[in-house]
Amino acid sequence: MSTPHTSAAGQDWELVIGLEVHCQLRTRSKIFCGCATSFGEAPNVNTCPVCLGLPGALPVINDHAVALAVRASLALECTVHDESIFARKNYFYPDLPKGYQISQFDRPLATSGQVVIGRQADGSPRVIRVHRVHMEEDAGKSVHDRFPQASAIDLNRAGTPLVEIVSEPDIRSAAEAAAYARRLRQILEYADVSDANMEEGSLRVDVNISIRPVGTSALGTKTEIKNLNSFSAIERAVEIEFARQVAVLTSGGHIEQQTMLYDDKRNVVRPARSKEGSHDYRYFPDPDLPPLRVTEAERQAQRDALPELPEARRTRFARDYGLPEVDIEQLLASRLLADRFEILVKESGDARRAANWLLGPVLASVNASGRALDAHPVSLARLGALIRLEAAGDVSNTAARQLFTLLEQEDIEPRVLAEREGVLQVRDDSALVAWIDEVLAENPTEAARFVGGERKLQGVLVGLVMKKSKGAADPKKVNQLLAARAG
Amino acid sequence: MSVTPEDVRHVARLARLGLDEAELPPLVDQLNGILGHMDVLQQVHVPDTIGDWRQPAASAGDSQGHPKRRDDALPPDQLAREREAFAPAMRDGFFLVPRLATHGALGASSERDA
Amino acid sequence: MSRDSGLSALHAHSVDAAWAAYDRVQAGPEGLNAFLAIDRDARTAAPDGPLAGVPVAIKDNLATLRLPTTCGSRMLEGYVSPFEATAVRRLREAGAVVIGKTNMDEFAMGSSNENSAYGPVRNPLDPTRVPGGSSGGSAAAVAAGVVRVALGSETGGSVRQPAAFCGIVGIKPTYGRVSRYGLVAYASSLDNVGVFGSTVAEAALGLEIIAGHDRFDATSADVPVSSLVPTRESISGASPLAGLVVGVPREYFPDSLDADIAARCRRALDHLRSLGAEVREVSLPSTDLAIPVYYIIAPAEASSNLARYDGVRFGQRAAAEDLGPMYERTRSRGFGAEVKRRILLGTYVLSAGYYDAYYKRAQAVRAVIAQEFRAVFASGVDLLFTPTAPTPAFRLGEVSDPYAMYLSDIYTVTANLAGIPAMSQPIGRVRGMPVGGQFLAPAFAEARMIQAAAALERSLGSEAQQ
Repeated sequence: MSTPHTSAAGQDWELVIGLEVHCQLRTRSKIFCGCATSFGEAPNVNTCPVCLGLPGALPVINDHAVALAVRASLALECTVHDESIFARKNYFYPDLPKGYQISQFDRPLATSGQVVIGRQADGSPRVIRVHRVHMEEDAGKSVHDRFPQASAIDLNRAGTPLVEIVSEPDIRSAAEAAAYARRLRQILEYADVSDANMEEGSLRVDVNISIRPVGTSALGTKTEIKNLNSFSAIERAVEIEFARQVAVLTSGGHIEQQTMLYDDKRNVVRPARSKEGSHDYRYFPDPDLPPLRVTEAERQAQRDALPELPEARRTRFARDYGLPEVDIEQLLASRLLADRFEILVKESGDARRAANWLLGPVLASVNASGRALDAHPVSLARLGALIRLEAAGDVSNTAARQLFTLLEQEDIEPRVLAEREGVLQVRDDSALVAWIDEVLAENPTEAARFVGGERKLQGVLVGLVMKKSKGAADPKKVNQLLAARAG
Repeated sequence: MSVTPEDVRHVARLARLGLDEAELPPLVDQLNGILGHMDVLQQVHVPDTIGDWRQPAASAGDSQGHPKRRDDALPPDQLAREREAFAPAMRDGFFLVPRLATHGALGASSERDA
Repeated sequence: MSRDSGLSALHAHSVDAAWAAYDRVQAGPEGLNAFLAIDRDARTAAPDGPLAGVPVAIKDNLATLRLPTTCGSRMLEGYVSPFEATAVRRLREAGAVVIGKTNMDEFAMGSSNENSAYGPVRNPLDPTRVPGGSSGGSAAAVAAGVVRVALGSETGGSVRQPAAFCGIVGIKPTYGRVSRYGLVAYASSLDNVGVFGSTVAEAALGLEIIAGHDRFDATSADVPVSSLVPTRESISGASPLAGLVVGVPREYFPDSLDADIAARCRRALDHLRSLGAEVREVSLPSTDLAIPVYYIIAPAEASSNLARYDGVRFGQRAAAEDLGPMYERTRSRGFGAEVKRRILLGTYVLSAGYYDAYYKRAQAVRAVIAQEFRAVFASGVDLLFTPTAPTPAFRLGEVSDPYAMYLSDIYTVTANLAGIPAMSQPIGRVRGMPVGGQFLAPAFAEARMIQAAAALERSLGSEAQQ
């Protein structure tokens, strides 16, 4: 999965990438106060003395935020520590009300996890290590183009609980960076701790990138890329910055440590402005918050709350259902889809067909209607019954599709509907023989030639039988019976 | 450790204190004077196991001594008056500040310090 | 409903009496300037509460809903908080009438109330002298008889030292005993809400009302509050303090201590013996390190706590075309010299390269100091007794060197560093001005400390003013 880049001058450069991901935890209230975390409301309505940073206000940690942060850490296979410390990260910005962000510094909640992002050529897992997971509060939002010469500050988001997930610099290509981000998002979604949506801002990805000559181990100077709003943006930005760093070093220059921004419209990566020298955040333990203690009972409760995670499901799907990797990945895209697939397998008894139906007609319908997957009008029980009909040959594939569309309007037992619509395929020999006899009688010339050995007339005759039966005849069976009549 | 005028300028910048040059010399002297008294701390022997100043039996917590966490469902402390009543500048519900001169169009969250 | 323990004077002092005293002492050439804002329309919210109709004064760094909270600073001129401090709410819910907000050293940084942006406070016993700080206004309000109970705050002794300078009682509770929600933060790990009282019983009642766990303060202790007002029986009789062991730390009685203050302390100790207590010499070897430790930790935390004063969401804002100058002008004009000095000092000791040598080291030595107290209390000593301040109230303008000013906290900062309760009460006069004697107690042992103080108060009688 990771291929070094060979520059024109022949020097092989290795990409070294680490990702810092901020994920908003799905709690009702903010991390240090009881304000709602709901979005899309009028500016500053979800604020109180605490998240406004008013004189005399104090933070109190949200129990559910801790639970979700512990769960997220366990989902990433981290060690969750008995005790961790909140620290103040001090800097000035108008949407940072206290003039410091409450975060964690040298005693984070969890360390030493991993994410499997795929298989290597030899089949072994490609693992990206997670260095740490810590809790912190989100800042508010600043809008610079709404009013002339002024910035507009909205603190509704200030205080939303975040976990920051920092990977080791194990990633070696743009594709791996995007894969890691995708897998991470998937794990967080499965663990039910976050919406984890990059476009909506509940998942934010920053990339730290440096290069070094292949075969060396020292880390080069890194740059940080921010403002990445999609997985493909991650990949594009990394390619651009990699090329830039190679060009700089190849021409004898040196890399300046700086923050870069990805401009999606123009597909460029450019330095962020306004950096006044290096940052000195003057971290120190926040005296307003006692050490965060997590008991073994709490860790166990969150372990129990974890569903089967994507990697484990991936392995089990391949083993139990024998589906191709491409289909498995699609089915695992969301926990809801994967869960519904498994139910459908039980209802239908046919994993391959269940996969095709879910990934095909069901998803198409869901996407077209804008409904949620679990709000689709055809229940999994009904769909399973329909699949059974199709698998048994009682309805043709085409008929099944038609029935499906009808089932979206009407909740009715598929077999009953098929009968009503007259698409139940008839496989009863006597009925079929009767139709065959009629067709042969009505087409004596063709009949005689067919019986005499002209096999190629079989298709025409089958067609005539199908027409006579108004499509209800099982074409396979008709073929069999006709073939037996041939000489 | 000796504090220089450049140190004080640097620290004033970090703290957004806007000192003018005339204020510097007395501040440098005062800070050096104060910090001179702190040097005695370097000679103190502190055992590695000294821990925290707080009471070992955590009193700020529940029966197991764990700090009480807030229930996610509890409401915030309500504001007794509108933000407009105490904010220096607001419009359409936003707090207004002069725009940072170096801001670009990509949005602040990418340009912030962190 | 008053208890039979000397609270009758508290309930007899009405709001009208408070205004009469206020009108006499607040203004004029020798006026105290103790109050920054008053509320003549204030009424009791609980006519049947334990403090019904009792006028109280609140230090101006505790958030109140009807009056501004300026913290003695230009930065918060005119700022009316949209939420109320828990301690204030509890007093009001008990029926207390908040008649005004008192003057203080700016953002609680000072030991003389000369650092207020709104002018200094004068000592009611001698208008040429300071009342102490930073809660000078509240102390003066009690000493001048405007109120008999007032709230202050303590970070390094800012209730006990003014209590000593003004000849009244001042109690600092255990850290976490009283909620800090609504107390404008100076140094979060050292700040406490404290109580002034004309007598021990009155201060004790005030503390009892405001103490207890608060869900809005994560450092607030979930320890039940017992009755803190001593009964008459517990402090009278032949030997009310029999069995009590009072430790006297030799480091608080150096040869350089003012001889008259030392004499008053010895007299107080004689009284304690006569009440049945055993007096024992003990040692707290790290006492001399307390001021350096305090003056690293407090400014460090303050530099972070005061970062929110940026003119963005509340408070004063200086005009500027650009954000950077707005921050700098707002903060440079809004803060006084002592506040700026401590912010610079605090930022410096937290900054890259200095954190380990200063802040981290200071916290480690702090832990040593705290451990020494625990060890002494674990060795069979119930309370400690010391002078509250090394001098009586000095004259306005007399102490100009910052570090010399810091040294007036030398006997009080240790309790803040260790998080233990302590209180000051008048034990005599030295060259005409009051001096205070201080008890220190183990964490959450306020009741025992207050009982000993009440017994001493009763035994001293009028000697406390001699």
